Amino acid sequence: MLEIKNVFKTFNKGTINEKVALNGLNLKLNEGDFCTVIGGNGAGKSTMLNAVSGVWPVDKGMIWLGDKDVTGLPEYKRAKYLGRVFQDPMMGTVADMEIIENLAIAARRGKKRSLRWGVTKAEREQYREMLAEFDLGLENRMSSKVGLLSGGQRQAITLLMATIQKPQVLLLDEHTAALDPKTAAKVLELSDKIIDENKLTALMVTHNMHDAIAHGNRLIMMNNGKIIYDVSGEEKKKLKTSDLLEKFSLASGGEELDNDRMLLSE
Amino acid sequence: MDFLSEYFSSLDPAAFVQALPGNIAQGVLWGIMALGVYITYKILNFADLTVDGSFATGGAVTAMMLLSGAPIWLTMIVAFLSGIAAGLVTGLLHTLLGIPDILAGILSQIALYSINLNIMGQSNRTISVDNFDLVISLRDVYMAIIAALVFAAVIMALLYWYFGTEQGSAIRATGCNPKMAPAQGINIGLDKIIALALSNGLVALSGSLMSQYQGFADVNMGRGAIVIGLAAVIIGQVIGEAIFRKRFGFIMRLIFVVIGGVIYYIVMGIVLWLKMPTDDMKLFTALIVALFLALPYLRKKRLTSFKRLVKINKKNAEAEVEENA
Repeated sequence: MLEIKNVFKTFNKGTINEKVALNGLNLKLNEGDFCTVIGGNGAGKSTMLNAVSGVWPVDKGMIWLGDKDVTGLPEYKRAKYLGRVFQDPMMGTVADMEIIENLAIAARRGKKRSLRWGVTKAEREQYREMLAEFDLGLENRMSSKVGLLSGGQRQAITLLMATIQKPQVLLLDEHTAALDPKTAAKVLELSDKIIDENKLTALMVTHNMHDAIAHGNRLIMMNNGKIIYDVSGEEKKKLKTSDLLEKFSLASGGEELDNDRMLLSE
Repeated sequence: MDFLSEYFSSLDPAAFVQALPGNIAQGVLWGIMALGVYITYKILNFADLTVDGSFATGGAVTAMMLLSGAPIWLTMIVAFLSGIAAGLVTGLLHTLLGIPDILAGILSQIALYSINLNIMGQSNRTISVDNFDLVISLRDVYMAIIAALVFAAVIMALLYWYFGTEQGSAIRATGCNPKMAPAQGINIGLDKIIALALSNGLVALSGSLMSQYQGFADVNMGRGAIVIGLAAVIIGQVIGEAIFRKRFGFIMRLIFVVIGGVIYYIVMGIVLWLKMPTDDMKLFTALIVALFLALPYLRKKRLTSFKRLVKINKKNAEAEVEENA
């Protein structure tokens, strides 16, 4: 479904801030894979997602979505195949527009935007049902501006926007990191449900090792722009956070897991 | 004191009333131009300074085409198209060449000054209503108000429709969240260009109407247009929000842009009536715009200010001391 072949990306090349973010990254996701991604700060987790999204061109390597080589496509053209939810709840939605307008924009992702009305009557009913399933009371506030909603509600809307058309791959970039624990759990539960019901292929970056183990059928650990550990199926189910910590210090050559958030959220 | 009473007795209320219709007509015409500014400044979040040039371009095109015998409707269409071309240039400077928004607008504006001179061959051209079949003229100021209002109404209806369509929604998303828009498959570069072109098209159209209204086109007629446009947008917004609060919808926002233009010109009429020197008009304009720009900010600040907090704390402490005593 998604294939990353030997991808390199260096930021600020030739300056004192030069940073090799992706260093010969390889990853192949099979259809229906729900893969969680963990790693220390600067390991390249978000960079990998941005490379797949086409936020900038990579320096070297190829990215395939399904049977299509998307390496040369800019972000807005790749959007057709992808659903994305970001860490910042402000980022995924348009604050000045109504909930329903946001959903309508997402429903037209990858399609030609014509001079037909932006939101049709049929859509209104359809979205009401979808929102009702979320059980957040949003179905009665469809004409509210998204800017008036809480961070958790906004992430829920973004999640619905990302999946309103079935994406080839759903990219979740620490999408619960900015939420309080209770809301984070609720949004994660929603993500699980949507991925499961629509049989989506998904890549979820998280800093929470428990979540990384509890969700999905596959887990990868990144360090220095590469995948250093890849586990799936039964083996993943048996994982414990202590195993992950051990694997990390082993693979990174005794390097400490310098990410407080990861340790604290154990 | 003699000086003051002399000053006030010299003010003639009838003169103000007499000047009022002209102020209103000008206000509506600049209001149409402000609708163009609204598209860039408010919807696209792009401070576009091209308008000072494209406004005069609209006037220049209409004047020259009229003088060479073209029918008035055709000159207005070509004026609109020339504005679109100007907006396109600004858009391309910004999206293709990566020039920041304000600079891209300034470059187009300065280039248009020469282009406008080239169009007209001299710095101004007279188009008298006696010789041409103009749509609007200050000779009949009441008809001019009606004609300007009809144009404003049609343009507002079209804008209301366009920004409700799929394409228009995408432009609004681009303006409000340019980081998210590409993730939803929106080509933000293209949308910026479309909005800039549309905006400057409207500005040039209002420039065409203005040149007809005043009976001449001048290479300097657009000087300060962006400030007048911003004044109309902001005055309209502040007043509209005060009246409608949360029910201030899109069509009302458009209507209040034009109302803002009218209010601006009435205020200018008052300033002139008070016999303030005409040399200082731009200074007053700047003061008015600064005032209305500051109003929402100051209102917000009044609610949460450090000084206020210190005062409240002091008061509470004093009350406590008194209570203990």
